[in-house]
Amino acid sequence: MKRLKLFLPLALFLVLAGFLFRGLSLDPQALPSALIDRPLPRFELAVLGDGGKTVTEAAMVGEVALVNIWATWCASCRVEHPFLTELARSGLPIFGINYKDEDDKALGWLAQLGNPYRFSVVDREGLLGLDLGVYGAPETYVVDARGVIRYRHVGVVNEAVWQNTLQPIVAELRRTSDPS
Amino acid sequence: MNGMIRRVLALSLLAVAMATHAVIETYEFDDPSLQTRFKVLAAELRCPKCQNQNIADSNAPIAADLRKQLHAQLHAGASDTEIVDYMVSRYGEFVLYRPRMNSVTAALWLAPAILLLLATAVVLLSVRRRTKSAGSPLTPEERSTLDAMLRDQPETDDV
Repeated sequence: MKRLKLFLPLALFLVLAGFLFRGLSLDPQALPSALIDRPLPRFELAVLGDGGKTVTEAAMVGEVALVNIWATWCASCRVEHPFLTELARSGLPIFGINYKDEDDKALGWLAQLGNPYRFSVVDREGLLGLDLGVYGAPETYVVDARGVIRYRHVGVVNEAVWQNTLQPIVAELRRTSDPS
Repeated sequence: MNGMIRRVLALSLLAVAMATHAVIETYEFDDPSLQTRFKVLAAELRCPKCQNQNIADSNAPIAADLRKQLHAQLHAGASDTEIVDYMVSRYGEFVLYRPRMNSVTAALWLAPAILLLLATAVVLLSVRRRTKSAGSPLTPEERSTLDAMLRDQPETDDV
């Protein structure tokens, strides 16, 4: 018993070291979305460049889709834009939320760089962003065919993110929501 | 020398002025109790973007949005619980600097108390053991050995 007691500090050290070692490989910036497995928040917002026509969240529901938060003031959005365009060309529906931006600038951006979005809604005050728990652009949500949020990616979507993270989720959701 | 001191003072005043300038927007409250609640809540809600600042200290755009939301909801008469629920349902438990007590956070809340109890127990045990061994009188054999040692000691121990 006395001999065992001598090893107590070592044991404590090992436990602590285990926790610290685990901490080395954790990303302190990773913030799980509070909306996973919850439906898209309700909204009624104008469609960008469509003369004041409004849509609700229902317009984004029906297929497995990406919902992308973007703005012209966001440099990383410009980085991911070509890849989103490529994804859209492959047939994946992508809906845009133009977050705290100006319509003129946003329309200019789409005219210049191409438009990967089925449509973009205008969230000028960032209230839809707030309901989604957005804390910076770009963010990309994977939404299933019933309009339930399944995944949130913060930051640029590129080939690697798509192949390793988003594509498997989209494929799985398509498989399970297939009515056949 | 005097000019030097004056310059340093002027610079430090400037630094103070700049620091106060960093406080971002001002919100008006009709009711001072609302203002107090605003201050408390803004200090307890964590900015989701900047990780280690509360929304009162951060000037990230999202923190400004949350302050605006906080002000609007306080004005609309929302209770503290309603406001905190609103924030948590959007940004998760992460936004709470004072996490709620539940099965996940129990270890966090109870660990300090448990560690304090353990530490007190260890101190009490070791103190009791030490006083016990120090208080025991010498046995007759120990006493005679000690006397012999004292007797054998040389008269002078100059070096």
